[in-house]
Amino acid sequence: MTGNTLLSVEDVVVDLPTPRGNLRAVDHVDLTVGAGQTLGVVGESGCGKTMLSRAILQLLPKKAKLSGRVMFDGQDLLQLPPEKLRKLRGRSLAVVFQDPMTSLNPVLTIGTQLIETLQEHLELNDATATRRSVELLAAVGIPAPEQRLAQYPHQLSGGMRQRVAIAIALSCEPKLLIADEPTTALDVTIQAQILDLLAREQRRRHMAMILITHDLGVVAGRTDEVAVMYAGRVVERAPTPALFKKMRMPYTEALLAALPKLDAAPHTPLPAISGRPPDPTRPLQGCSFSPRCRYAMSRCQREKPGLEAAETSAHQFACFHPIETHADANV
Amino acid sequence: MMLQSAPSISPDALLDVDNLVVEYPVGAKIVHAVSGVSLQIARGETLGLVGESGCGKSTLGRAVLQLRRPTAGRVLFDGHDLTTMQGDALRQMRRRVQLIFQDPIASLNPRRKIGDIVAEPLVIAGVKDPEKRERLVHEVLSAVGLDPTLVVGRLPHEFSGGQCQRICIARALILNPEFIVCDEPVSALDVSIRAQILNLLEEMKGRFGLTLLFIAHDLAVVKAVSDRVAVMYLGRLCEVGPSEQLFARPAHPYTALLIEAIPVPDPDVRPTETVPVGEPPSPIAPPSGCRFRTRCPRADQRCSDEMPELRAVAPGQFAACHHPLV
Ligand SMILES: Nc1ncnc2c1ncn2[C@@H]1O[C@H](COP(=O)(O)OP(=O)(O)OP(=O)(O)O)[C@@H](O)[C@H]1O
Ligand SMILES: Nc1ncnc2c1ncn2[C@@H]1O[C@H](COP(=O)(O)OP(=O)(O)OP(=O)(O)O)[C@@H](O)[C@H]1O
Ligand code: SF4
Ligand code: SF4
Ligand SMILES: [Mg+2]
Ligand SMILES: [Mg+2]
Repeated sequence: MTGNTLLSVEDVVVDLPTPRGNLRAVDHVDLTVGAGQTLGVVGESGCGKTMLSRAILQLLPKKAKLSGRVMFDGQDLLQLPPEKLRKLRGRSLAVVFQDPMTSLNPVLTIGTQLIETLQEHLELNDATATRRSVELLAAVGIPAPEQRLAQYPHQLSGGMRQRVAIAIALSCEPKLLIADEPTTALDVTIQAQILDLLAREQRRRHMAMILITHDLGVVAGRTDEVAVMYAGRVVERAPTPALFKKMRMPYTEALLAALPKLDAAPHTPLPAISGRPPDPTRPLQGCSFSPRCRYAMSRCQREKPGLEAAETSAHQFACFHPIETHADANV
Repeated sequence: MMLQSAPSISPDALLDVDNLVVEYPVGAKIVHAVSGVSLQIARGETLGLVGESGCGKSTLGRAVLQLRRPTAGRVLFDGHDLTTMQGDALRQMRRRVQLIFQDPIASLNPRRKIGDIVAEPLVIAGVKDPEKRERLVHEVLSAVGLDPTLVVGRLPHEFSGGQCQRICIARALILNPEFIVCDEPVSALDVSIRAQILNLLEEMKGRFGLTLLFIAHDLAVVKAVSDRVAVMYLGRLCEVGPSEQLFARPAHPYTALLIEAIPVPDPDVRPTETVPVGEPPSPIAPPSGCRFRTRCPRADQRCSDEMPELRAVAPGQFAACHHPLV
């Protein structure tokens, strides 16, 4: 994959000043995404998924401090002048947020928003831009696309709005699409439709994608690689099949166990992870997961485990007592 | 209008909803939000209610509690018809039923302290003794896993979504109700907090002997807590049956599609692209015959001519479909 790396995130740290002190939202994260590849980023609420994607997009809150390097398509985004960055976003680097209204303008029609995006980045005349807009709306599964051009976002359902946001994100054929919980606000059938749509367009356009979610079920069948985040760090990273075959990090295991299982009888208690992630303004000395980890031992409280490679270098995890070792010790 | 009725599987129904209709006038038009739904919930049972956004789940839940008066139909609670009750009688009955909402943060008054929020139902119910109120507030907060001394003096914004949902559950439990409508209580929570709250609801159900109507759009969540499941589409019931049976052998094509839409945490299971295309039609002008026919792979002429009624397809399982899968 190194041959055609599209994005590489190198030792990225995001600090946010807050009244309670410094909040480290992203803590020394390294990631790569190859051209046409899909990376899933999974973790509980507040673990830094959105801050990481905003760091990649260079859309952090003003007061945020960012260090590290973000290389995209051969360019160092931290060094890029604002004008060039703006051109890049929406053109080769696009984003879909959880709430489609974050990216849609409520006072402009769907058509105006699509046509403006197309004309801003590609030199298209009105007729061509209109035709492309209709094609895009049809591609994302919106019935009667011609009529939709004249409608405003509030006249559409949540699922339809997210489709429009995806159409706008896809409009300039981006090389990388970041989808930040694109379906968390939608119900299960619409969720499946939107995820299918993203997967189909991703394959068809040979576009790379980062799919952010708190649900391991969402990334299982739809990504090439998964990075699990906890308290601002990547704590496990592996090709998707390898991860589900053999999870090493206790946190990943706990996240999976907390999902309701369809084959379990009703009223089976769920193995919930007790407590909450640590307060990010009060970082722990040892492993951030140690207060909630059922495998924790004294070393876990004192030292922070680094992200290290397992038997294959593609599978990395940050844990002193990874799951298999622990099981062996019990036998 | 033809009746849709699922005969009760238990003679001891705490709640008996009979041919409930709820319509919202919007301008000159009518939103057919709930169109003739009948269901029963036995004492101590959890009935799950699933369906897509806009299919009428919240409307049904609110109409059961008389927070929205139904257009037609009856709601028998412990033998009393709530739809004809007024004033004091209704207020007395309301103490026995409660509602928990989807958005825990929005359903708590941001300017009131947690102690006052949880005590509010007691005040409304006329419990005058402040010491008694305080004691009950402490008891119920402990029951939902919060430390009363750390919590009562604080404001809602100081709590996470999961903690706010615990507070809402405490407020719903304080009058010792018999029946609770849980309207998507975990939809806004992430996977790990969702599991904590589902476990808490189960524990509270056992401890307080509750009967629940559990509304959600996620079938896997519903299955985890429900004895029986009712599937709703565009204001009507498609299917009702015991949870495990319904999942193992769905009879209604819509139930089958909902089950397929559940994300499975297994990379070898490539998601199938068979979920219903498009979105449900408008409840202002629902399709003739079977309301699901515009998205149903099995639809034929009969489906547009004739409305399917709920019929037994297996013991305890009822489906409203001309061409059921079982
Ligand atoms: N504008 C901000 N100012 C200060 N802190 C912030 C800001 N936005 C987010 N945070 C904090 O940064 C941390 C990481 O938040 P982030 O939004 O990246 O989490 P997330 O993983 O995307 O969570 P979710 O699943 O809820 O979207 C959290 O502790 C959050 O409270
Ligand atoms: N006060 C109202 N006035 C007019 N129409 C309404 C009103 N409340 C709900 N509706 C409409 O009635 C239908 C049923 O809405 P309801 O909120 O009961 O659905 P739901 O199944 O709870 O959806 P969700 O999963 O999004 O909560 C929808 O079409 C909705 O737009
Ligand atoms: S390092 Fe220790 S506390 Fe952290 S996940 Fe591994 S076993 Fe658990
Ligand atoms: S009645 Fe017809 S349209 Fe309705 S679910 Fe059955 S087969 Fe499909
Ligand atoms: Mg986020
Ligand atoms: Mg609702």
